[in-house]
Amino acid sequence: MEATKEKKVLLKVEHLKQYFPVKTDSFFKPKAFVKAVDDISFQLFEGETLSIVGESGCGKSTTGRAILRLDEPTDGKVYYSGQDILHFNKKEMRKLRGELQVIFQDPFASLNPRQTVKQILNEAMAIQEVVAKPKRMDRMLELLDYVGLPPEALDRYPHEFSGGQRQRIGIARALAVNPKLIICDEAVSALDVSIQAQILNLLKKLQRQFGLTFLFISHDLSVVRHISDRVMVMYLGKVVEIADKKDLFDSPLHPYTKALLSSIPVPNPAIQRERVILKGDVPSPIDPPSGCRFHTRCPFATEKCKLEEPALRELGTNHFVSCHFAEKLAQ
Amino acid sequence: MKMTENNKPILEVKGLKTHFFTKRGVSKAVDGIDFTLQKGETLGIVGESGCGKSMTSLSILRLIPSPPGKIAGGQVLYKGKDLVTMSEDEMRKIRGNEISMIFQEPMTSLNPVIPVGEQIAEALRLHQKMGRKAAWDRAVEMLKLVGIPSPEKRAKQEPFQLSGGMRQRVMIAMALACKPEVLIADEPTTALDVTIQAQILALIKDLQTKLGMGVIMITHDLGVVAETCDNVAVMYAGNIIEYASTEQIFSNPKHPYTQGLLDSLPKIYEDQEELRTIEGSVPSPYNMPSGCRFASRCPFQQPICYQQQPELMEQNDGVKVRCWMYTDQWTGQVEKQEAVK
Amino acid sequence: MLMFIFRRLIQTIPVVIGVTFVVFFIMQLVPGDPAVLLAGEGASKETIAGIREQLGLNRPLFVQYFDYLINIFQGDFGLSLKNSQPVLDEILVRLPITMELAFFSIIITIVLGMAAGIISAIKPYSLTDTSVMLVALFGISLPSFWFGLMLMYFFSVKLQILPVAGWDSILHVILPALTLGAGGAAIVARMTRSSMLEVIRQDYIRTARAKGLRERVIVYKHALRNALIPVITVVGLQFGALLGGTVLVESIFAINGLGRMIVDAIRMRDLPMVQGGVLFASMIFVIVNLFVDVFYRFFNKRIELN
Repeated sequence: MEATKEKKVLLKVEHLKQYFPVKTDSFFKPKAFVKAVDDISFQLFEGETLSIVGESGCGKSTTGRAILRLDEPTDGKVYYSGQDILHFNKKEMRKLRGELQVIFQDPFASLNPRQTVKQILNEAMAIQEVVAKPKRMDRMLELLDYVGLPPEALDRYPHEFSGGQRQRIGIARALAVNPKLIICDEAVSALDVSIQAQILNLLKKLQRQFGLTFLFISHDLSVVRHISDRVMVMYLGKVVEIADKKDLFDSPLHPYTKALLSSIPVPNPAIQRERVILKGDVPSPIDPPSGCRFHTRCPFATEKCKLEEPALRELGTNHFVSCHFAEKLAQ
Repeated sequence: MKMTENNKPILEVKGLKTHFFTKRGVSKAVDGIDFTLQKGETLGIVGESGCGKSMTSLSILRLIPSPPGKIAGGQVLYKGKDLVTMSEDEMRKIRGNEISMIFQEPMTSLNPVIPVGEQIAEALRLHQKMGRKAAWDRAVEMLKLVGIPSPEKRAKQEPFQLSGGMRQRVMIAMALACKPEVLIADEPTTALDVTIQAQILALIKDLQTKLGMGVIMITHDLGVVAETCDNVAVMYAGNIIEYASTEQIFSNPKHPYTQGLLDSLPKIYEDQEELRTIEGSVPSPYNMPSGCRFASRCPFQQPICYQQQPELMEQNDGVKVRCWMYTDQWTGQVEKQEAVK
Repeated sequence: MLMFIFRRLIQTIPVVIGVTFVVFFIMQLVPGDPAVLLAGEGASKETIAGIREQLGLNRPLFVQYFDYLINIFQGDFGLSLKNSQPVLDEILVRLPITMELAFFSIIITIVLGMAAGIISAIKPYSLTDTSVMLVALFGISLPSFWFGLMLMYFFSVKLQILPVAGWDSILHVILPALTLGAGGAAIVARMTRSSMLEVIRQDYIRTARAKGLRERVIVYKHALRNALIPVITVVGLQFGALLGGTVLVESIFAINGLGRMIVDAIRMRDLPMVQGGVLFASMIFVIVNLFVDVFYRFFNKRIELN
C-alpha cells in the first residue's frame, strides 16, 4: 500500500459513534448507554481489503452495521464516494445498497428458506434493476459460475446446500447487483477450515476479477492476515491500531495488538513464541474505563493511562496507534 | 508416539463404535476407533464438524443421548475396567470423580438457577462424602485455584452474573474438584475470545501439571492442538485416520487428509496468495462408502481405495495412519517417499 | 425488585379502571330493563318511571358511570335491587367461600398437574407417559359441568362416600375442587411435560450427568427448577379460567359462593350485584397475576439483566 496517497478513497468514516441505551430498573438512575462504537475514524481505499479485528464487544460488527445504516449511528459522518450517506433518504439509500453489499456469518439465517436460489438472485436483481428481465437467466448462470456452483443449484432451496455452499449463494446474491464495496461480517467464521479456505480463495479471486473493495470484519487473525491489505484493531469501541498488514503483524505497536497476536495458537509446534497472557476480562462497554480503555488489562499501564485518553497518531508510514508509550514499547 | 510415562495407559479405547439408530437409517458417528491415554499426557482429538470427535468423548462417559444413540461395540478400559459394560451405578461413581468433562459452551453448560458454588460442591458431597460446610469451602478454594477473583462472593452468584471466561473457569473448577485422573475437554475454548482462550489453555496446562491427570483435548483448532497436545488423533468420518505425536503430525503429516487440512489453514506467520483446499465434501454418516472414506476427495486416489477400507497401521516411525499409500498393496504412481513428503 | 413491584402496581391502576368501564357498559347492553323487572308484572308506566327515577337510571350513561366509579372508590358498591341490602356485604359473605374453593382447586391443579407432567417427562413415549397424557387430554376436553355431575353421581350417589352438595365440611370441598381443578391440572401437566423435555435436552443437564449425579437429583434439582419457570405463567392464567369456572361449579354443587351469586343476580337483572361480583372476580385475577409476575421474576432473575 505504498501509493496510498494516490488511491481513491471509497469510504470515509469520521467520528462515528454508536450508543445503545440500556434499560435501567430505576427511575432515579441516569440512563446508561452501551458505547458500542465510540468515536472512530478511518478510510477505505478503492480495491483494497481493510479488516476490522477485535474480540467480542469491541464494536467491529456494530461499525459494519452503522455504515450500512442497519442501525442509525448516534453521531459521526460516513462518506461513500464523497457523499454523506447518513443524510440519504430512503430512495437514495436503496440505490446505494446496490453498490454496498453485505455477507453475514450465518448464510442460513440470511437466506429466505422458502425461496429457491433462482428467486433469491432474481429478487436481488429486481430490486436494484441492474439487469433487464430477459437477460437475468444468463446473468444468474454467470453468477453461479463465478461462485463455483453448478447450474442445477438454481432450482434448489437453501437447506439443500452445505454451509460452504450456502455462503457461496450469499456471495452470488451480493455480486448480483454489481457492488463496489462488500462488507463481510464474520463471513467465514462458521465454516470448517477446509471450507473456509475455499471461500477465502473465492473472495480473493472475485476481488481481482471485479475490482471489489472489502471491509472484512473478523475475530480470526490468521484469516485476516490472509485476506487483508490493511488491518484495523478495535478494543471496547475504540480503534487502537491501524496499519498495513505486514507492519501490523510483524511490528505491532499497541500492547493490545501484541497480546492479541501472541494469544493465537499457532498450528506449528516448531514456532516458539513469547506469550503475553492478558489478565482479566474485557470490561463492560456500559461504563468503560477512563483514560486509555485498555489500561485495566495492560501490563505497561501507568497513572497517565488511567487519566488521559491517548489519541490515534501516526507512527511510521500509514501506521496509526493510540498508545501513550508506543515509541517506548517499540524499542 | 510420545510416551509421557511408560506405565500402563490410564485409558484405553479399543474398537469403539457409537451408532445412532434413526428413521433415516443408522448413522455411524463413531465407527471403530482406538487410542490410549497415559497419566499426564495430553491427547488431541481433532477433526472437522461431524467427524465424530465429540461423540467419542461423550461415549467414554456413556453420555450419548439414548435412544437413538448406542455404543455398538468396542471397549473403553479405564484402569483395566471396561466402562462400556459397567453397571450404571458404577459408572456414576466414575463420572465427575475419576473422569471429568468440560464442554464447549460455558454459557449453557452451567445450570442457570443454581449458585455456581453449589454446582461445584454437590459433586464433592456426592463423590468425596464431604459435609455441606466442607464441600462449600472446598468449592470456594477451587474457584480460587482457577483464578476467579473474590471467590467467596462469586460462589454465591448464579452463572448469568459471570462473564464467559469466568464461566469456563467455573466449569474447570467443577470438573477438577474431585481430582480426576482423566479430564475430557470438549472444545473448551471455541466459544471464547482469543485472549481468554489463552488464559483458559494456560490454566488447564497448569492444573494438569499440578494434578498429574491425563487430558483429552477435543478440538477443531489445529493451533490449540499444536500448543497443548503431546499426541494427536485426527478423525475423519467416524474413523481415526492418523495418530501420531504432535511434532510428527505437524512436521510430517502422512495422511492426505491431514496434509490437506494443514494446507488449508491460513498461516499467521507467512503470506500465501492462495490456500490449498480439499475438494468435495464429507460422506454422509448414513451412507459410508465401503472403501476409504476419504477416497473421493483424495488427490492420490487409486482403485484399491474404493474397494476396501485401509486399516490404521503403525509405520516404522511409530506414526499410525489409515491409508493404502503406506502399504505394500499401493500401486499408485506417486511414490511412497513422495507421498510421505 | 421493590422498584419492579412498585412499577407493576402502578400498571394495575389503568387495568382496574378499564375493568370497571367494561363491567359497567357491558351490563348496559344486556337486554331487559331492571326497573320493569323490579316493578313486577303488570306495573304501571308511572311506577316503572318512579323506580327509574329513584335508582338514577334515567341519567346519561356517563354520569351514571362516573357516579359508580366514585362510589366504588369509597367502598360503596350500591344496593342490591333484589333486597336493598348493600352489595358489598353480600360479596364479603360470598367471597371467602369462593376463595376457599379456588384455593383448593388451584392446589389440585398444581400438585396433580406437575406430578403428572414430571412422571410423563421422566420416561417420554413410554406406556406411563402415553396413558398420563391421554388422561390429560380428556381432562382438557371434558366440559366441567359434565365431569362434576359424573363425580357427583359416582362418589355421592353410587358409593355414597362424599356429600352431594353444600358447603359445610372439608368433605364438601373435595368434589367441587376436583371438578374445578381438573382442567387446569391437565393443562399444567402437558405444559410441565413439554417444559421438562425441553430442559432435559439442555447442556447443563448433560453437565449434571457428567458430574455423576443420580437421575433423581438431576430431575428434581437441576431440571425441575428450570422447567417450572414457564409453568408458573400457565398456573397464573389457569387461575383466571378457574374463577370463571366457579360460576358453573358453584351452581352444580349448590355452593353459595361469588359465582353462584353472580348467576343468580344475572337471572334477577340485579345490576349492582352483577357489577360488584364481576368487579371483585376481576380484581382477584389482577392481583393473582401481579403475584405471578413477581414470583416469575424472582424465579428467573436473568430477566432483570438481559
